[in-house]
This record gives sequence, C-alpha cells and structure tokens, in this order.
Amino acid sequence: MDNLIKRHANLSLLVVVLFAQLLGLAVQVKVETDEGTTRLIRRWTVAVFSPLQKAFVHGHGGVRNTWNGYFWLRGVRQENEELKAQLDQMRLEQVRLKEDAEQGKRLQYLLAFKEQYISKTVAAQVIGSSGSEHSKVVYIDKGSNDGLHTDMAVITPQGVVGKTIEVDNSVSKVLLINDQSSGIGAILTKRRLQGILKGAPGGVTMLNYIMADENIEPGEEIVTSGGDRIFPKGLPVGKVSSVTPARDMFLTIRVSPAANLSQVEEVLVITEVKERAPDVDLSKGPIRAADILAERLPSVPPKPPEKQAAAGTTPAPAAQIGTAQGATPNAPAPMASGGATAVPKTSTTTSVPKASGATAVPKASGATAVPKANTTPAVTNTPSTAAPKKFSDLDGASTNRSAAPAAPVGTQQPKVSVPRTNGVANSTPTPKPADQSTTTPERP
Amino acid sequence: MQLSITSREQLDVYRFSWPVAIGLPVLALFLQATLPVWVPFFKIFDLPLLVVIYLAVARRNPASGLMVGALIGLVQDAITNRPMGLYGISKTVIGYAASSLGVKLDVENPGSRLLLTCGFYIVHELIYFSIARGLVHEALKWSWRHEVLSGVANAFLAVFLFHFLDRLRQR
Repeated sequence: MDNLIKRHANLSLLVVVLFAQLLGLAVQVKVETDEGTTRLIRRWTVAVFSPLQKAFVHGHGGVRNTWNGYFWLRGVRQENEELKAQLDQMRLEQVRLKEDAEQGKRLQYLLAFKEQYISKTVAAQVIGSSGSEHSKVVYIDKGSNDGLHTDMAVITPQGVVGKTIEVDNSVSKVLLINDQSSGIGAILTKRRLQGILKGAPGGVTMLNYIMADENIEPGEEIVTSGGDRIFPKGLPVGKVSSVTPARDMFLTIRVSPAANLSQVEEVLVITEVKERAPDVDLSKGPIRAADILAERLPSVPPKPPEKQAAAGTTPAPAAQIGTAQGATPNAPAPMASGGATAVPKTSTTTSVPKASGATAVPKASGATAVPKANTTPAVTNTPSTAAPKKFSDLDGASTNRSAAPAAPVGTQQPKVSVPRTNGVANSTPTPKPADQSTTTPERP
Repeated sequence: MQLSITSREQLDVYRFSWPVAIGLPVLALFLQATLPVWVPFFKIFDLPLLVVIYLAVARRNPASGLMVGALIGLVQDAITNRPMGLYGISKTVIGYAASSLGVKLDVENPGSRLLLTCGFYIVHELIYFSIARGLVHEALKWSWRHEVLSGVANAFLAVFLFHFLDRLRQR
C-alpha cells in the first residue's frame, strides 16, 4: 500500500486535495446558514484585496476627475445650456407633481396610510466585483463603520441595484438583483400585480409568479412592492422586456433592469427607512375626501384688479378673494357653467368648519366669493346663468358641516357663495372634464 | 505549430522567486476582481486560470501544480458569493493536468500554448458546471458557443501573457 502511494504520490495528493475540497463544499451546501470557517476565509480574502482595490479605485478616480475636470471640457458649455433648459422643464413639472403629491398625501391621511420614506442613505463607491460570470456581486467601500448592516437596500438614481449580504468594517458585499440567489418583491405599476424578481442564468432578470392568464405588455414599469421588508415601496426596478407563456401556470417575464447593473460605479445604501403619516396641514380644518376631490375641479382664479375695475365692478379685497377664506389657488367651482357671475348670498353661513378654506365649500368659487359684509355687489356684468336652486344645497351643506364633530375653524366669516360661475380654468388641470359640470362632490 | 513529445530530461524545469510566485496570483486575482467594474467585457477572461496553467506548466510538477490551482481557486471562490470549492476543485484539476501535460509536451511555443489554454479553459468550465449543477444544484446554462469563444479569447490573451511572464522565470 505504501509503495502504491509513493509510486503515485502526485495522484494521491490530487485525490486528497480534491476530497478535502469536496468535503468542504458538502459541508457548506448542507449548512448554508452557518458560515463558520468559510466566512473567515472570505473575510481574510476581502481584507487582503479591499485596500488594494480602494487605492486603485481612488487613484483612478483622481486621475479621471483631474482629466475630466480640467482638461477634457469639450462640449461642456453646450451641455450646460441643455441642462439649464432641462432644469426649467423640470421645475414646471415639479410644480404639477407637487400639487398631485399634496393631494395624494391628504388622501393617504384620510385612509390612515403610513408612508415609507428613505430618511438616511450612505453614498458608496464600487471598488470591485466577483470577477466571475456566475456570480453577480460587487464590493463597495463602506461598511459597518459607516452604519451599514446586512440586508440593506442598495440603489442608484436610476433604480434598485441590490442588497448588502456581507458587511465588514470598511467594505461590504452587495448582491445584485440579477444574481440567481437574489429575490425582491416587485409590482407591475399598471396592473398592480405582485411578483418576485429573481436573477436567472446568464445575468438576466425575471419577474416570477405572475399568472399566465394576465395580459402583460412589454414596456410596463416595475417597482418594488415593499413586501420583502428590505426595499422601500415604489423604487424603480425596471421594465418588462418580453413576456412568454411558460409551461406551468405562470408567465415568463423578462425584465430589463432600470439600473445599469453591468457597470455600477456609485451607489446609495439605504440605511434608514421610516414610516410616517402623510405631512398634511391640519390648521385649515379637518380633511374630507369631498374637499380633496373638490380641489381637482376647476374654479375661477382671482381676477386682476385692473380688469375688474375696467368692467365697472368693485374688486373685492384680496383678502376676501378666496384667500380670505384660506382658499387655495385651486378653489373649486364644480358647477361652473355660466358667465362669471358673483351673486351676493343672502344667507350667512354661520358655522363653516372648513370656512378657512375654499375647499370646504365645494361649490364656492374662491375667486368670486364675496363676503356679505361687503355691501358692494361683486360682479354683475354677466348674465347670470347660475342655478339658484343650488343655494339651498349649499346651505344644507353648510349646516351639515357645522354639525361635523371636528369643526375647529368656525371663523364665522360671512360668506357668499356663488354656485355657478364661469371662468378661466383652474390652474390645476382637471383630468376629468366630463365630470366638472355635473359632479358635485359627495360629502361624507 | 507542433506539439513535440519530449522526455523529462529534455525539458527545462523553471522556478520562480517568492515575490513572483506569490505576487503573480495575487495580481491576477486583484485584476480579475477589479477590472470588470469598468470593463464588464473582461469577465469572460479568467486571469487566475491562466496563471495556474502557466505556473503548473513551467514547474512541471503535478503536486505543486495542483496545490497552486487549489489555493488560487479557493481564493477566487471567496470573492464570489458561491460556495467555497467550485473554482477550487476546477483549478486543482487543471493545475494537476497542466503540470502533468507539461512533463510530456513541449509547451513553449505559442501554437501549443494557444491550443492548451483553449482546451484547459473549456475543461475548467465543464468541471465548474458539473460541480455547480450536480452538487450545489445551481441553475446554470451551458452554451457551447459562449464557452468556445471565451476559450479562444483566453487563449489569445494567454499567448501574450505567457510571453511576458517568461521573463520572470528562473532556470
């Protein structure tokens, strides 16, 4: 036996080494959660390579920044102009989105929704990768010293990148979403169907567990569902690139990731996610769904004083035009249909919970509401097409509102509401023009 | 291009200084882990495998060849998120095979290096896939086209790389 081993010493050594590695592999496969010495080996390896990688990356970054920042400035002026134009566009867009966001917040508040928001992130730079086609992980230059832990979401402005799976003092390993062992909760934005986004062989990303009878179209966007408790809800994940029926009961949906996973250089690690109720200003009074809906309806904006003077009218003081009642620029006029007519109301609303806001009186136009105390009729230049029959409704509404339990305002402002007015469209575009003339917001 | 079969006495056995013997695998692993961040295409190369082949062939000693392959493979495994041993086993076999072949074949000329490296790369991938699918139950897709193209790319890189590394060896 000894002779045999000596004669085939190399082969024996090969068998021993292979057996040892196979044994180690088997132990790892059997006990996946217990990393033990394997983790130590991994840590040692990372500890050896990460300083080299950091030095290389930072050196490379310094040279590149110097070159790009001081020498290679071709096209910067033109790019600057384009960006400025783009910024202007974005500002306009932001105004519109802000309106929608405010409305959404108020609706969430009504439904007692708690929203998740990213309260703290840590910017990190990618310093290395697995270097293998079979393993989709990258290393970042931040670790537990920077407040990172395992299972933290890693994103870029474009979308989700992955999550931290191993965290050392100053370096962390990030599992990309296109790795086979990755999985995140995702939702299709149009269909609101939830599935699990997983990596597949070849580095492709698939959305699993969508039933085969669903009609999913390529191009549909996918965001995180928040169900995995790692990624906050609503982060962009990618788009559906192809849909094919599978052999089983689920569709095979291939996803094109929003973030460029093959070349990630800088990332953000979400270190803190908080839940909070929507930030809604309650000083204007209690919020009701009818009020929020009414905001979406068109109203008459305040007229410029010179126009009103030219029309032979007495302009109401600015404080009395809408804003006197806390009207927002989106003061509603759901029954707007006729000419711009302001009719002094004969009855005084004595207790209006939402009197501080024109939104509390859905049928009142903030622009034309004139307090009764003002003896001068506001506007009479246009034949009234208003339907006086709605006055009773308004009064009734006021009465109902006064009975509302949370009626903190009660400013006792004399209020004259104009039920039907015609005017310039509200500054906020109303998505449902067909409903504007007929729909009166329901009061709860 | 010719693969001449020679006797052990006709072949030179090369040695490497300690800095080269340690620094070369470390540099290969470092580049393999770092360069794909900026050059994703670089992932098709396997620099650690090329270093294993080169060291094993130059030493012409199966024992040292398989040990070098095992060590480099295990370190490469540690960088990934896969179980330790997948690359380790693959490169152990390649190290042993390369050094055993180096004893019998003249692998000094570029032609033989091209063929050997291409063949060893494909064998390495076959072993990796077999272990990953058979033992670890990973869902990997085998593509002959991709593997052959990667093998050819690695072989061409090896010809240039080995030519440079020849300057570092000692008789």
